[in-house]
Amino acid sequence: MIALPPPKPEVLARREEIVAGLRALVPGEGVIAETLRLRPYETDGLSAYRQPPLAVVLPTSTEQVAAVLRFLHENDVRVVPRGAGTSLSGGALPLADAVVVGLMRMNRILDVSFPDRLAVVEAGVTNLGITKAVEGEGFFYAPDPSSQLACMIGGNVMMNSGGAHCLKYGVTANNLLGVKFVTIEGEVIEVGGGHLDAAGYDWLGLITGSEGQLGLVTEVTVRILRAAEGQRAMLAAFRSTEVAGAAVDAIMASGVIPVALEFMDKPCIHACEAFAHAGYPLDAEAMLIIEVEGSGEEQDALLGRIREICERFDPISMRVAASAEESMAIWKGRKGAFGAVGRISPDYLCMDGTIPTSELPYVLRRIGEMSAACGLGVANVFHAGDGNLHPLIMFDANDPESFAKAEAFGADILKLCVEVGGCLTGEHGVGVEKRDLMGVQFTRPELQQQRRVKEAFDPEWLLNPAKVFPLEGALAPPAH
Amino acid sequence: MAGTGRSGLAGVRGRNTMSGEGSRIAPADEAGVSAAVVAAHAEGVPLAVEGRGTKAAMLRPVQAARTLSLRAVSGITFYKPEEMVISARAGTPLEEIEAALAERRQRIVAEPPDLGALLGATGGGKGSIGGVVACNLSGPRRVAGFATRDLVLGLRFVNGEGEVLRSGGRVHKNVTGLDLCKLLSGSHGTLAVITEVTLKVGPAPERTATLVLPVADEAAGVVALSAGLTSPFGVTGAAMLPEGVSANGVMGPVALLRLEDVEASVRYRMERLRAALPGGRVLEGDESRALWRAVRDAAPLAVAQGEAVWRLSVRPSRASAAVAALRSIGARVMLDWGGGLVWVAGAATSAVHEAVMETARRAGGTFTLFRAPDPMRVSVPVIPDEVPALAALSARVKAALDPGGRLNPGRMRAGG
Repeated sequence: MIALPPPKPEVLARREEIVAGLRALVPGEGVIAETLRLRPYETDGLSAYRQPPLAVVLPTSTEQVAAVLRFLHENDVRVVPRGAGTSLSGGALPLADAVVVGLMRMNRILDVSFPDRLAVVEAGVTNLGITKAVEGEGFFYAPDPSSQLACMIGGNVMMNSGGAHCLKYGVTANNLLGVKFVTIEGEVIEVGGGHLDAAGYDWLGLITGSEGQLGLVTEVTVRILRAAEGQRAMLAAFRSTEVAGAAVDAIMASGVIPVALEFMDKPCIHACEAFAHAGYPLDAEAMLIIEVEGSGEEQDALLGRIREICERFDPISMRVAASAEESMAIWKGRKGAFGAVGRISPDYLCMDGTIPTSELPYVLRRIGEMSAACGLGVANVFHAGDGNLHPLIMFDANDPESFAKAEAFGADILKLCVEVGGCLTGEHGVGVEKRDLMGVQFTRPELQQQRRVKEAFDPEWLLNPAKVFPLEGALAPPAH
Repeated sequence: MAGTGRSGLAGVRGRNTMSGEGSRIAPADEAGVSAAVVAAHAEGVPLAVEGRGTKAAMLRPVQAARTLSLRAVSGITFYKPEEMVISARAGTPLEEIEAALAERRQRIVAEPPDLGALLGATGGGKGSIGGVVACNLSGPRRVAGFATRDLVLGLRFVNGEGEVLRSGGRVHKNVTGLDLCKLLSGSHGTLAVITEVTLKVGPAPERTATLVLPVADEAAGVVALSAGLTSPFGVTGAAMLPEGVSANGVMGPVALLRLEDVEASVRYRMERLRAALPGGRVLEGDESRALWRAVRDAAPLAVAQGEAVWRLSVRPSRASAAVAALRSIGARVMLDWGGGLVWVAGAATSAVHEAVMETARRAGGTFTLFRAPDPMRVSVPVIPDEVPALAALSARVKAALDPGGRLNPGRMRAGG
């Protein structure tokens, strides 16, 4: 179990006063303090951890966010930012003495400019909501995390979210032009805007993926892109993970970069097939979903080339979609992978390491051995083009021993990712989940350097405490 | 790396308040860089940090008695084409990296420019990979996606206290901890000394072609560029040569739209693009590549000795108004990034500088003074001032990485 810091007794003692102070700043329904109504905010996508906050405040404007942060700062109250609460790493997990600042009521699209290829939106607009607002003109917002129906752009910025299509289009950080940012002191700062390159320090780059450690983002300017004429997927199944891994390398080395290149292992194929009936090959050890873009003829040409490459690796079967509907059928199983695993196991932990793609066969073999040793099942789904691995560890949350084993198994997988040259998290963030593993990837001086940068923004460690940095030294300024 | 190269001001008038006369250290490795920074920190000596010295004329001159050159910290340390990753020590010449990539039909997608001629540098070639990252310089392909800072997967660096540290790594997706790679990219050596860079690279296209489209003026030009960039055809370059500006025999006013991809796609898409934007002609292969090299390096500006050069990053829809404003003060311009990048050459006077700053502000963007005589470089803001809250953060972040303020003092701002 991950330890949470003890609440500040003086803050708990002043709860009513703090709630009254917040109500003065955000009138109406904007402050939640009743035990029952705090329940929905006690956890996020990492539901094994639960802790109701001191209170929840739901501002409707940047000015309100600034006033709230200024007030909480003056009162030495910890702050937990929250978008839709879909974080899989516990990024929005509250603390007993913290106020959750939720941005879901800030959900307006403020501006769309096609000639400038940008949209300005409030932090609480959903990821898919941006695409919905511009798709009528043939545009889209590229990063597409699996939670895109629910997750909000403010949370995407904080976690630097990815998705299946970032192989071609990049992650959140590569698709932003600017943010409106509120510091813990309540200062509102605009960074970037409608232009591509900053002069001066890259604040936008530093803020993106900072997991609420530096401040809150209330408004975001994103790049919107014109969609390709069409896209189409194919499926290729192989008799071993090694062979599938080699096929991935060959595709990447060929110079044809697909828009998406997804990898599923046998347990994952079986779980998805039972759930979605997508016609996946059950005799395969590994399967690739490959998607390309362009006109019909371009799709034919690209899929033809990829097919040729796959044929060199003696596939068990291949299926090239002939239409958009057939593409959707191929994707159907993959998109439902998490839900599918949820059907065959009472609970699962979704891990998120990244590895060099050439290490894939070795890493999958080791994960298999670990799974056998600890007696917990695992299904692997993987953004193969960029090495982002998502092992889904199956366990029973009602059994504390099973949960402890699952957490230890997950930690071992992430250590393995670092050992082979990868990292702890590719797109879900460190949050509370991977906090104590940071020492595996970074040296002590490296962590101290990151802490000093964090302190430049938040000297009192009030912003999203007990996340990202190992607990020792994470709640008080480190000794220099 | 930003710095004060001996040769950096050749061709620029008004030499010099610079430190070229001071002592110079060129350690052979990262440990040597660390030792040099530790010594400077202990002795309280400011350090001018440079890679190969080709960008010394950018921004403000550094006032430092000692120069730390990364020239000898050189060489490719890791390259895996099938994973699209390359690592090289900071002082590695860009040419060396590009040659290694070309052998495997790959390239740096952000298309970093060769600004040697523009900046009056001689002898440094295209500069070092560390310098390209420290200045976050990207070429025409920036408009289609990634800037140099987007391609930095990992950095090794020495902070102002001499500690050797890493951020990022060698994998394509990594959100572990604060992204110091982005913070250091474009920080011009003022926060830390970059010692090794790991970049994401991409495949070189099978075919490239450029649509050269005559246009009436900048307003029409930006509209044409926007039409290209909002088409579904994956345009990877969108520049405009105004009237009186020419490159490789292509005379302005023309809009330039580039396609790069597999053979069949470029052929098909160019046909479609020409149907949507009739009246142009197409340059293929080497001709297309040479034209974009010129655009990338701002060569068509044909800067005269003694002139100042600015680079504005603006909202594309405001580019033509910006151009009109700049013309009215006698400046010459060139557009890239669909109008989002405005190169400006003009008289090196504070009056022109004031007008450029105001134009950038009105166009919803920023400016960088790329080149000017030293007396001007030290007396005007070379990048926009930050609002007080951000300036305070800048000072605190600087102190978090370089507490003694030893690294490239005054490079980006006076007293900072």
